[in-house]
Amino acid sequence: MGKKRRSLVRAAFSAVMLVMTMLLLSGCADYMVLDPKGPIAAKQLDLMIITVILCAIIIVPVLIITFIIVWRYRASNKKADYKPEWAHSNLLEAIWWGIPIVIIIVLAIITVRYTHELEPAKALASDKEEVTIQVVSLNWKWLFLYPEEGIATLNTITIPEDRPVRFELTADSPMNSFWIPELGGQIYAMSGMSMALHLQADEPGTYFGTGANFTGEHFENMTFDVHATSDADYEKWIAEAKASPNTITAESYEEMSKPTESEEPTLYSSFPEGIYESIVTKYMHEGAELHQHGSAAEGEADDTASADSQANSEEHDSSSHKGH
Amino acid sequence: MLEKIKEFASEFFVTGDPLIYGADASIVLATLGIVFVLTYFKKWGWLWKDWLTTVDHKKIGIMYILAAIVMLFRGGVDAVMMRTQLAFPDLNFLEADHYNQIFTTHGVVMIFFMAMPLMFGLFNIVVPLQIGARDVAFPFLNSLSFWLFFAGAMLFNLSFVIGGSPDAGWLAYPPLSGSQFNPGVGQNFYIWGIQISGIGSLASGINFIVTILKMRAPGMTMMKMPMFTWSVFAASTTIIFAFPILTITLLLLFMDRFFGAHFFTLDGGGNPMMYINLIWMWGHPEVYIVVLPAFGVFSETVATFARKRLFGYASMVFAMVIISIISFFTWAHHFFTMGSGANVNSFFAVSTMIIAIPTGVKIFNWLFTMYKGRISFPTPMMWTIAFIPAFVVGGMTGVMLSVAPADFQFHNSYFLIAHFHQVLIGGTVFGYFAGLYYWWPKMFGFKLNEYLGKWAFWCWNIGFYVCFMPQYLVGLDGMTRRISVFKDPDWQGLNIASTIGAYIMGIAFLFQVAQIVYSIFRHEKDTTGDIWDARTLEWSIPSPAPEYNFAVIPQVHSRDEWWEEKERRARGEKPWDLGPIEPIHMPKNSAIGPIMGAFWFVAGFGLVFHWLWMAIPGLLGVFICMYARSFSAHKAEYYIPVDEIERTEAKLRGGAV
Repeated sequence: MGKKRRSLVRAAFSAVMLVMTMLLLSGCADYMVLDPKGPIAAKQLDLMIITVILCAIIIVPVLIITFIIVWRYRASNKKADYKPEWAHSNLLEAIWWGIPIVIIIVLAIITVRYTHELEPAKALASDKEEVTIQVVSLNWKWLFLYPEEGIATLNTITIPEDRPVRFELTADSPMNSFWIPELGGQIYAMSGMSMALHLQADEPGTYFGTGANFTGEHFENMTFDVHATSDADYEKWIAEAKASPNTITAESYEEMSKPTESEEPTLYSSFPEGIYESIVTKYMHEGAELHQHGSAAEGEADDTASADSQANSEEHDSSSHKGH
Repeated sequence: MLEKIKEFASEFFVTGDPLIYGADASIVLATLGIVFVLTYFKKWGWLWKDWLTTVDHKKIGIMYILAAIVMLFRGGVDAVMMRTQLAFPDLNFLEADHYNQIFTTHGVVMIFFMAMPLMFGLFNIVVPLQIGARDVAFPFLNSLSFWLFFAGAMLFNLSFVIGGSPDAGWLAYPPLSGSQFNPGVGQNFYIWGIQISGIGSLASGINFIVTILKMRAPGMTMMKMPMFTWSVFAASTTIIFAFPILTITLLLLFMDRFFGAHFFTLDGGGNPMMYINLIWMWGHPEVYIVVLPAFGVFSETVATFARKRLFGYASMVFAMVIISIISFFTWAHHFFTMGSGANVNSFFAVSTMIIAIPTGVKIFNWLFTMYKGRISFPTPMMWTIAFIPAFVVGGMTGVMLSVAPADFQFHNSYFLIAHFHQVLIGGTVFGYFAGLYYWWPKMFGFKLNEYLGKWAFWCWNIGFYVCFMPQYLVGLDGMTRRISVFKDPDWQGLNIASTIGAYIMGIAFLFQVAQIVYSIFRHEKDTTGDIWDARTLEWSIPSPAPEYNFAVIPQVHSRDEWWEEKERRARGEKPWDLGPIEPIHMPKNSAIGPIMGAFWFVAGFGLVFHWLWMAIPGLLGVFICMYARSFSAHKAEYYIPVDEIERTEAKLRGGAV
């Protein structure tokens, strides 16, 4: 048996070594979420670290105690105490109800505070002017509209560094989720409504963006690059986009919204005004007069009212939740 | 005409993929093999009379477990195929649409057709024995539950070769699962496979609640019930509140797809968010439904193998009940990113964290059950101990996910995938394995081979960490779930490591199969009925238990009744006098369970293809079965005479009693 056990141990050991090697090989990579490039992602990382530390207060002792108890009270250790009837202790139980309760209270307070602070619909405090980008999830590509500049892109975004960006999101396809891990957490893009997400890039660079919620066959192709540039480069890029021969018209949007397997990043010099709003309201139109009482408008207003309250108070009054 | 048939067949059968032709061939061969063996050994009658029509909870439990092991194989093959694709995405082992089907069926099969039946299998085998009962409260309903599960599972699995598998994820979010984006029959298989087995689950929930409330042996108050029975009670209560939500949600989805209703569609005033809320109102309690019985198993094994009373019994009960209640108030943590606003997210974040408290308390109580015990390490105990680190770490990542703003970065990523696999495998699967190894001797009268069991154990555990730890990292590196290819080369190393882990777990499963097969042919018969020197009533009777379980219903005096009884006997005191053996009232076998299951299958198949000519007769058959049962129930019972009981007991106990 001793020999067999040793061979088991050896098998276990070599498997663990294999994993370690794998991890080291890939260890050079900076994990995106752990390497934030914007204020939102940075605060979300802080929260993760706080959570891990709070949890560790319980978990590390538990793992150590587990090991000690299992080792010490193994049947073959005849020196250890054996108290088969001992099954209750008010003091001990008070301790292990009490400590987790305290830790969870602390964590809950922190979480509630951060949940309000990091509410995605909340504008970021900054003395610089906000950039607005409207995002439409299509099968299987992302359409980005820059309403202030009148330009549009497919599967690529350029943003100025160090300026808050307000993303307004909808979908002309099944529900997706819009995620740029290095800049901050995701939000769903859903048809029939407009969501808001505020992010900012603190330094120039190219960041990975992706759809995070499965939308069907070629969902995996819904990735895009986010280029954060200096203000000057941003202006240059806008000019480049404005010079693009490609344009979006109402007809070409129809064509574009049909499912395609994958699309190259593309710039468009113009798009029909109000197209974002019309995409948002398109799924409402049959019940347009039902606005206030129709199930869609109502349910959605209830569910997203607070998320979008700011969105509502700003521009596009034609958007979906204007019902109330 | 021939052309028409050809056209129909090419739509009806899934074509064009060599993997599926392989599956077709193996299904046909396996079926032919089974038919041949049964015919050759003239076993049809035996199969029908002794098994298919049985209402004996022990046999139903064994059938559940057998089905669950087959489904574990199917779900596991899905997993290994996915991992193969992800290790080397450039090889295009699976096309995108095939990959999407496989992750969908992997999830559905593992939760509905593996975890649930394995759980009900353990419920069935253990609960009546543990509470000193002769069967569950409603033995026929129990048989019907099994056959509904079986019909649903077979219907769902059929989609692999006929019509095409569903491909909208294991919870089938609309509008993706609606007819606009998913016109094929795959989603219909999903709806009806789950719907039919879900009705069975609901019935089982009711059955076990009534069993536990009404059928306990005299003297066994609620606070003297064994902890596994408590966990079954908590899980069953959760089932009866959660499963109706699932039934209605799937019914609404069906109405959208079949009648063109607009509950969850994009147009016509539908609201897909409503579905997501509803499905998680069931879905979150569901994960506690499957994990609570695992907690129950650990409470039994830890006390037995530490040879010590369970520590903090009252706390354990309270913690379990709290968990099952709070599980109904956490559902929105599955979609913090839906924009419900800070107040809603705060509520669900905090309610989710609260669950960590009673769960943590349970861990401490298990640890202190072992403290000052005499711990031995047979396979059930190894699984129990391995559960603790796995679940503690999984619990920590769970708390990380519950912090709403941080979840915005974890949601839909591989971090989430790693978390729920860690708690579902480390908690539920480890727990059910512990239970299976622990009660196997009670089911069959012999222990599973420990040597092969230890190989299986180590492979499972090593494979488990090798598979899922890298997934946390790749999730933190931005990899989202449900993608079959990726462009980022940084992800490949981690994915390959993860795949190696999956294969090690695959090998572990093969060890378990080998273990079972080997043990069937080579084992030592257990003559004591109490092979682990355990504590509760199921160990006071012979293994395997006779069909009537207890010759005389025991009288219960304490929580560890059988342990106390053994202590009394060791002190030289006389066993409790339970009175004379009396004729035992038993339910008769019933063919209505399997027949009604078959009708449900036919009806479900018709509804999948929107063939009313098939669905209506199927449903009619269901009603005829109900009618027949209503008017024959009074004939469905008989008595076992005293002399027969005495003969059986003498044989099983070697004349000792």
